[in-house]
Amino acid sequence: MQEGALKSLRVADFTWAIAGPWITTTLAAFGATVVRIESTQQVCLLRTTAPFKDRRPGLNRSCYYAFLNSNKFDMSLALKHSKGVELAKKVVAWADVVVESFTPGVMDGFGLGYEELKKIKPDIIMVSASGQGQSGPYAKNPTTGLQLVGLSGFTNLTGWPDRDPVQPFGAYTDFITPRLGVAATIAALLYRNKTKKGVRIDLSQFEAGVYFLGPALLHYFLNNQELSRQGNSSSHMVPHGVYRCKGEDRWIAIEVSSDTEWQSFCEVLGNPEWASDPKFSTVVSRKGHEVELDRLIGAHTLDFIGEELMARLQASGVSCGVVKNSQDVYEESNYNIRLQSLFWMLKHDEIGIVPHLGQVAKLSKTPAEPTLPSPCLGQHTEYVCKEILGISDEEFIGLFNDGVFGLY
Amino acid sequence: MDSLLQDVRILDLTDEKGQFCGRILGDLGAEVIKIEKPSGDEARYLSSVEGNEEVPYPEKSLLWLFCNANKKGITLDVERKDGKQIFEQLVEKADAVIESFPRNHLANVGLGYSHLSKINPRIVMCSITPFGQTGPYKDYEGSDLVCSAMSGWMYLCGDTDRPPVRVSIHQSFFNAGAEAAVGIMVALFYREVSGQGQYIDVAIRDSLIPCSLNAIPFWVTDNTILKRQGSWRTGLSGYARLRYTWPCKEGFISTSLVGGDAGARTNRELTKWMDEEGIADDFLKGIDWSSFDIATTTQDTIDRIEGSLLKLFMKHTKKELVERAAERKILLYPVSTVKDLVDNPQLEARAFWNRVEHPQLGKVVTYPGIPINIFGSSLKIRKCAPLLGKDNEGIYKGRLGLTSKQIALLKENGVI
Repeated sequence: MQEGALKSLRVADFTWAIAGPWITTTLAAFGATVVRIESTQQVCLLRTTAPFKDRRPGLNRSCYYAFLNSNKFDMSLALKHSKGVELAKKVVAWADVVVESFTPGVMDGFGLGYEELKKIKPDIIMVSASGQGQSGPYAKNPTTGLQLVGLSGFTNLTGWPDRDPVQPFGAYTDFITPRLGVAATIAALLYRNKTKKGVRIDLSQFEAGVYFLGPALLHYFLNNQELSRQGNSSSHMVPHGVYRCKGEDRWIAIEVSSDTEWQSFCEVLGNPEWASDPKFSTVVSRKGHEVELDRLIGAHTLDFIGEELMARLQASGVSCGVVKNSQDVYEESNYNIRLQSLFWMLKHDEIGIVPHLGQVAKLSKTPAEPTLPSPCLGQHTEYVCKEILGISDEEFIGLFNDGVFGLY
Repeated sequence: MDSLLQDVRILDLTDEKGQFCGRILGDLGAEVIKIEKPSGDEARYLSSVEGNEEVPYPEKSLLWLFCNANKKGITLDVERKDGKQIFEQLVEKADAVIESFPRNHLANVGLGYSHLSKINPRIVMCSITPFGQTGPYKDYEGSDLVCSAMSGWMYLCGDTDRPPVRVSIHQSFFNAGAEAAVGIMVALFYREVSGQGQYIDVAIRDSLIPCSLNAIPFWVTDNTILKRQGSWRTGLSGYARLRYTWPCKEGFISTSLVGGDAGARTNRELTKWMDEEGIADDFLKGIDWSSFDIATTTQDTIDRIEGSLLKLFMKHTKKELVERAAERKILLYPVSTVKDLVDNPQLEARAFWNRVEHPQLGKVVTYPGIPINIFGSSLKIRKCAPLLGKDNEGIYKGRLGLTSKQIALLKENGVI
């Protein structure tokens, strides 16, 4: 196993759901030691999210929780218990970075707000990732990624001009925020190495979403125009769309950006008669007849198997790709080494071998690597207490009996 | 406060596929030098944001403008002999190089990682390409639509009776830039410990795979292929189909049934409101929301509850719904239009909008800000995207010590 780039880094993880945990999972993937603290009463949303192994729900049976939480130690703590907070503070004292994603005010309520943490460790780096940021009139309103996608503007920009908007699948902003969070956290660590100062980082998932829509906002402010949903079309490429292929719900995406590409495209399609119609000969005229062109192409691609058409078009220099479903993507790992290193098949303590998501960035000397399967709730409580925090056997038993580790 | 990445120098050779990475690092305070060939990036001249008319501004591409804010700009043809030498001198003094040329392009002109790491063993080099440096698609062409399609994410988006659909604005490039920023930061951290740089390979297509959420686990562990369902979705708390996007009197809102404690408050408040308006029947009023478990609720029950919710939403405007939701802390939010974002009070209160000077346009333009807030203030856009060659003098004279004569000669020869 190669060296973990972040192996000297220690992280106290108070996150839950997706956006927060993906920050710490990314750090852990690159070698950081992460202690995740979970409540047995306010259980992480992801632990109650399908799919469940054998379709039987259970706190340790969510294959989605397992997908997103590899390489972490997990400790259960009752943070409403004063001794629970004391222990949490010991974890903070051990850590370099604290990450949390509660509604603003919750950490303060536990006695674990930034000012308190600074007393334990003046140069602590504290990272908060909440729905709408730590300040502002709506900071304390509850959010999940599912609503943030609509709030941030993505939903309005997805779908067809003649139809209602459709939400892009998933809690999309849940993946935007953590990448930015990881970059900011490591930047803070480099800063601290130089200056010996701690950093307080406040990430707003709402703002992160709007950041990814930057050009649409510029269009409004510079050009006074409101972008609206465009289906699959483009302002400067045509044809540019998704066309049906042979088989059930099989499609191919095609993007033609030059006249040469258009020629090659027509050739691969077998030079259908309509392709040589003068009204399709230039970009401008193709754009002017886009609806008709899309219909003609779609009727034609129906005769092709998507993967075969893709191979032939790409060989002729035409940009295209099949619309893969989850089975396609997963099975690609059988013949694409990149995806093998993106889906780690690890043996989870309760549900056996299940996929765990790795990292997209492939580093040559310090690649992301699996070290631990995702944890059951409180799986490492004893280990963390005794091996990391140095708590004695007697003290541990006392704390357990006091209910400091929550109710099982 | 000093910037987090002061003293970090980045050479940015990317086109639109990779330029967002440098934007993030520039926002965090690094010095990012955008390097363009003397005639300028093609992307400077691309038509404005997808789907809208050309507008009479000298540098038209809004994607380019947005992604190159907070960067310096020089012109340099790195493929010319003189240009290559100059680039190598810049690499000696730099921390990272980002590029998005086709695979092996830089290596073929003698500027691949193996060469650059000999010049500067501490250099971190990151390549951003549609499908990466390895794998069966490594030489495939692919822009946003194709990368979205091949990632599995697009399959999950759209109406059931229409083709799968992408988000109408280049999300793949933003995701890739963000993953590349992560990779570079990890490599820079490692370098502090080891003294060594390294090479990073980012595939734009790969960066969208996480966005499919639990679609992969659903296939592997449940043998189920999740599909697009328009305003609905399966694959969250349970196996039932739940609605996410709802029309209201005018516009749309975003909310969905959530079970257990997380959803109890919202569900109680919405039931109360429905009751006030005579929409709630005994069935609805009889539900115990704190023990409501989505995972085990039948589709019939869900459809029935959603039917009542739709009646409520259709009676009110987006504004009315959103305001009451905010007051009562209900998990309900607008499907924001661009204008809604501009008017959003939370973004306003957070001073999210930046006013950025554009010397060439002779005006100040509002930009969306940076979502990273340090010690209570958000990082800022310090400067707009650079005019072509704006920092030539500063870098060539100031940093590399070239004379005016040399610069003029290089310019005449099309190197700068």
